[in-house]
Amino acid sequence: MFNIIKKLTSFVAMVAVLFAFTTEAMAKKSKTLKNTQKKGFVRCGVSQGLPGFSNADASGNWTGVDVDVCRAVAAAVLGDANKVKFTPLSAKERFTALTSGEIDILSRNTTWTLSRDADIGLTFVGVNFYDGQGFMVRKNSGITSVNQFKNGISACTNIGTTTELNMRDFFNSRGISYEPVAFEKADEVVAAYDAGRCDTYTTDKSGLAAQRTKMKNPDEHIVLPETISKEPLGPVVRQGDAVWEDIVRWSLNTMIEAEEYGITSSNADSMKTSDNPAIKRLVGAEGELGAAFGLDNDWSLRIIKQVGNYGESYKRNIADPGILPDRGPNQLWTKGGILYVPPAR
Amino acid sequence: MNNKIKKILPQIITVLFVLGIFGFFTFNAQINMDNRGIDFGFGFLTQESSFDVQFSLIEYSGSHSYARAYLVGLLNTLLVSFISIIFCTILGVIFGVARLSSNYLIRNSAAWYVEFFRNIPLLLQIFFWYYAALRALPVPEKAGPWFGVTYMTIKGYYIPSFIWTNLDIFLYSILAVIVSIIIISTYAKKLQENEGKQTPVFFISLGLIFVLPALTFFIGGVSLDFGIPVLKQLSKTSYVFEGGIGLPPELIALVLALSLYTSTFVAECVRAGIQGIGKGQKEAAASVGLTPNQILKLVVMPQALRIIIPPTTNQYLNLTKNSSLAAAIAYPDLVLVFAGTALMQTGKAIEIVSITMLTYLSISLAIAAIMNWYNKKIEIKEK
Repeated sequence: MFNIIKKLTSFVAMVAVLFAFTTEAMAKKSKTLKNTQKKGFVRCGVSQGLPGFSNADASGNWTGVDVDVCRAVAAAVLGDANKVKFTPLSAKERFTALTSGEIDILSRNTTWTLSRDADIGLTFVGVNFYDGQGFMVRKNSGITSVNQFKNGISACTNIGTTTELNMRDFFNSRGISYEPVAFEKADEVVAAYDAGRCDTYTTDKSGLAAQRTKMKNPDEHIVLPETISKEPLGPVVRQGDAVWEDIVRWSLNTMIEAEEYGITSSNADSMKTSDNPAIKRLVGAEGELGAAFGLDNDWSLRIIKQVGNYGESYKRNIADPGILPDRGPNQLWTKGGILYVPPAR
Repeated sequence: MNNKIKKILPQIITVLFVLGIFGFFTFNAQINMDNRGIDFGFGFLTQESSFDVQFSLIEYSGSHSYARAYLVGLLNTLLVSFISIIFCTILGVIFGVARLSSNYLIRNSAAWYVEFFRNIPLLLQIFFWYYAALRALPVPEKAGPWFGVTYMTIKGYYIPSFIWTNLDIFLYSILAVIVSIIIISTYAKKLQENEGKQTPVFFISLGLIFVLPALTFFIGGVSLDFGIPVLKQLSKTSYVFEGGIGLPPELIALVLALSLYTSTFVAECVRAGIQGIGKGQKEAAASVGLTPNQILKLVVMPQALRIIIPPTTNQYLNLTKNSSLAAAIAYPDLVLVFAGTALMQTGKAIEIVSITMLTYLSISLAIAAIMNWYNKKIEIKEK
């Protein structure tokens, strides 16, 4: 009996030591930055293929506006926008992957909501795309507005998304009975809708526009004009590492502000001699902005040179492939949109 | 004394080691969750779920709680497992017996069937039925009726719904049938043991099953109406059936894949069971003058069942666990509804995954318990 007590005591002591060790490690400042620099790449969670946002080509190169956020962070902290390891995640897996530490940034057309921000150990750092949920239907159905939806309509969508909740709010408030068919992967949703399993496909409008390009015959489908929700999409980090959070936030802000001041990947170097102090700060010719994150002063210049400003990223990934040529709300506040970021100073 | 310590010490160390590992992971999870501001708790179960589910056996909408959503998923899992277990047993017995047939064609087709369906991964079979086979079905407006009133379409299989009056009387009559069959078979057994008289229990039961419930229609005031599915236009080109019961194509694909796949394993169990009975048994039975039917019923099957039941139990357990692949084709089972949508909407990963694991464990243990009870019942009783 005495023996057992002795063993138990040593077990408790062992656990206590482990406990102390782990908390001590957690208390250090920006562990994520240190780990990233040690590994030599940024671990970034993206979608399983959404043209314009995060999509891999045949040779495995990822492109998209969500991908560019991760590339910007890599350019800032590692000096090379290509040092990113992308992990494709389903809507269902994404938050667990982030909170469990499998990835350090989640940049996967994720809607910023109160409960996600407050409840599940995540922090949203900003918005890189203002979106809203819409519906796609077959052109030959004659439907041109959501007001023509009738009882018994079946709607395909993804599980684990805000879409599922908005869809219910929408149909409920209009008193329409509907059949929700929810798949785990976006490709499965598209395949099911395309085959006629569902009468409508609902997700964020940008997603509808992007998925339409993947369909057998894109011209047979239209996106209805109504928008039924606000979907601010943006990158997410784990809660508890304030410095890392700031790095990601300001990497995104740098891209947007660079566009505001007309700094592009091609003219960034020459902007160092600009008369405008705001521009000089952005390209690292004035001030010590990087020091606050533990980075050198050229971090923002590297982002602009290697990834480009927000406008370049949008044009390259979304406008040029014909997904959403019109920038809509994702235009700078100076040009009638709602992109407005705090000043970098 | 020394010997006793030698015996006990390794056991104590093992237990402490296991506890230590559990302790470590629990503490670690606790610390990580604290650091990220995640609370642990089951309070979310009573919150409003605010998402809808495609197919549910009980009344459910987004205004119900997460606990109700869990129940919806659980019932859907049980439904698909129950239907598939019945189908896979029927198919398994047919093909298992067919593999032992003396007819060349029957024997070899059965062998081909078994080899084909058991050697293709289940997930692929599910995809095949859902994405290839069922997608070839017509859209609702082009579907011709099967058996007059049912419609097989890409949106599901529509069958008439039943509209009962005085359903309770009908159910009581069924109960009465069950009770009387039990009484008759007990009495028949006694008669056989005491006087050697054989009673055609099977035919009497069959008669009762039809006659008694049918009587309630004439004198019990029971009546049954059918809700025939009717085509309804949603827009210029899309239609849907209304009024009947719609079985979603996801359910059909899953039942097809699960029962075809598992039936091959059941067939092998059945074949093994029958082949496990020595030839001498049959010859001995024949030599005392039993007919081939009696040999099968009284000599071969009672012994074969003892060999068949334990491995078949394993197959039932596998089938139930495999039903979680439903998530791949949007059938709202426990994994899709609870460990999928509910997990995503609440972020309570640890709580939900542990509930789901415990649920599957309980279902499996329950099936195992039933099968063990049945196995006990049929095993050799030493007198």
